[in-house]
Amino acid sequence: MLSFRFVMPLDLGAKGSCQIGGNVATNAGGLRLIRYGSLHGNVLGLEVVLANGDVLDMLGTLRKDNTGYDLKHLFIGSEGSLGIITKVSILTPPKLSSVNIAFLACQDYLSCQKLLLEAKRSLGEILSAFEFMDSVAMDVVLNNLDGVRNPLAPTAHNFYVLIETTGTEESYDKEKLEKFLVGSMESGLISDGVLAQDINQASAFWRLREGVPESLQRAGAVYKYDLSLPVEKMYDLVVEMRARLGESVKVVGYGHLGDGNLHLNISAPKYDDAILAQIEPFVYEWTSNHRGSISAEHGVGLMKANKIFYSKSPEAVRYTGKIINPC
Amino acid sequence: FDQEKKIKNRESFSFWIPSQSNVCCPFKLTLSSLIVARVEHLSPPAKMKIMVAVKRVIDYAVKIRVKPDKSGVETQNVKMSMNPFCEIALEEALRIKEAGLASEVVAVTIGPKQSIDTLRTGLAMGADRGIHVEATGDLFPLAVAKLFKALVEIEKPGLIILGKQAIDNDCNQTGQMVAGLLGWPQGTFASKVVLDKEKQEVMVDREVDGGLETVCLNLPAVITTDLRLNQPRYATLPNIMKAKSKPVKKYTPEELNVGTKSDLEVVEITEPPKRKAGVLVSSVDELIDKLRNEAHVI
Repeated sequence: MLSFRFVMPLDLGAKGSCQIGGNVATNAGGLRLIRYGSLHGNVLGLEVVLANGDVLDMLGTLRKDNTGYDLKHLFIGSEGSLGIITKVSILTPPKLSSVNIAFLACQDYLSCQKLLLEAKRSLGEILSAFEFMDSVAMDVVLNNLDGVRNPLAPTAHNFYVLIETTGTEESYDKEKLEKFLVGSMESGLISDGVLAQDINQASAFWRLREGVPESLQRAGAVYKYDLSLPVEKMYDLVVEMRARLGESVKVVGYGHLGDGNLHLNISAPKYDDAILAQIEPFVYEWTSNHRGSISAEHGVGLMKANKIFYSKSPEAVRYTGKIINPC
Repeated sequence: FDQEKKIKNRESFSFWIPSQSNVCCPFKLTLSSLIVARVEHLSPPAKMKIMVAVKRVIDYAVKIRVKPDKSGVETQNVKMSMNPFCEIALEEALRIKEAGLASEVVAVTIGPKQSIDTLRTGLAMGADRGIHVEATGDLFPLAVAKLFKALVEIEKPGLIILGKQAIDNDCNQTGQMVAGLLGWPQGTFASKVVLDKEKQEVMVDREVDGGLETVCLNLPAVITTDLRLNQPRYATLPNIMKAKSKPVKKYTPEELNVGTKSDLEVVEITEPPKRKAGVLVSSVDELIDKLRNEAHVI
């Protein structure tokens, strides 16, 4: 596809091993949702094999088709419960040549939020990624991965934000990004930052953010929560969990700030039911109370299937049952 | 400050010598020139300038494609960046300055209009000033070296640092040619640089085929950098902001009295032959047969 100069509309940490059918079945989100939207918008058609062996051909390439119910949406994110996706027709955006990345430091979470709003306004259509990680996440990465360095060393900052822009004119985009960054620095939203000068530096910045899950894996036992929350409330949960769990564990907050998606990870020396009891169901109740989702992009699977009521009303779940099993 | 004044006087003084008609105070002229000459000889130059060459090349991570007409590689819509070895050269110059051994780092680029971007990156990393020699067309190392020599005569740096080679043509010639044209000592493929300001010399560890070689050069000198010399810094936002007001002087080859026409002409650019797939053999005999009759190596 690259030789025709198009790209896939999604990019995620598991890119090295995941497969497209699985991505669609789990409605994978990833790093560029803020720019290209979710798979619900980008998948044009599917071919699905149902449990009884019937092959359902919904493989279209049309942008618009309002004839009847748009069945493919049921299968996108169905996690294999309704059928197996065997073919996918996907809308691919053109590959744009000008990519710029900045790695920034913010004093507090409020600045991160304001920065997001400002980025959406100032960068507009060229914004292609907005990720954040807290200082605990940065420490975990620096301590567990080889060949990484903190671009904003030696000062330790509280929050790090990665902003990426993708557009057509290198000089125009760079100027726009620099103007936004300089303005944010002058207004105190950013306390420091670096701008990647070549592709190597850009990859180094991404390595820091994409390396968080891998680092946590290497650091020991990890309890992972993928939550959607109102942006202004997102980090409050991290702070509360820290207070609740104490010094014995590391509570790490990072994720797709641009989408309101927090990856809350608790890193412990080893798995311990006592720790789990302190985390669940508190984390789900908290999320539910703020009308958030207990699984923003990872899905529920078997492990969290019964947790669905934290984010979906019983009526909604009952109605789903009726549609899928009308008898 | 005092010294600067005296040296300035000397420069203006040198215009006086030819005009023997200045009978006003011949005795005074001779005396002051003696004093200035003595002062200059006794103390090393207080302000050493470092000149760093930076080149705009296709980004190291880009997959290069040859143009269908074989006249060159595709550069349209391709990410361009500072040559990695030039980044290392600039980083070293900045470190020398931060150690208090130099007063100014001047970044120089020779190339078309868009090369200014690379110069801006250099300024954002921390260079004090920029010089852009705007020249189009194919520039070979000898032309670049001659342009450099012309700039050296204007700027009078105490040290010139370049990358060992540019990743687009891999010539590895410019630094050496600059040293040759200027008659300066050179330390190429530097993996370590230690400046001694008092003795006005620099020790350079060179990465050579047999290992490491250490050379001691008298200043002024030319150094070209190798990969392991340092890890270049990122361009921080405060420095990017400062860079916008840093001065950039423009020149053309004509203004510097340098001809850039080369006696070399690129005839054709082709991709290297694609690597053929390997073959699994089932026995040693088959291997020997293939080595003898197909590869003709035994």
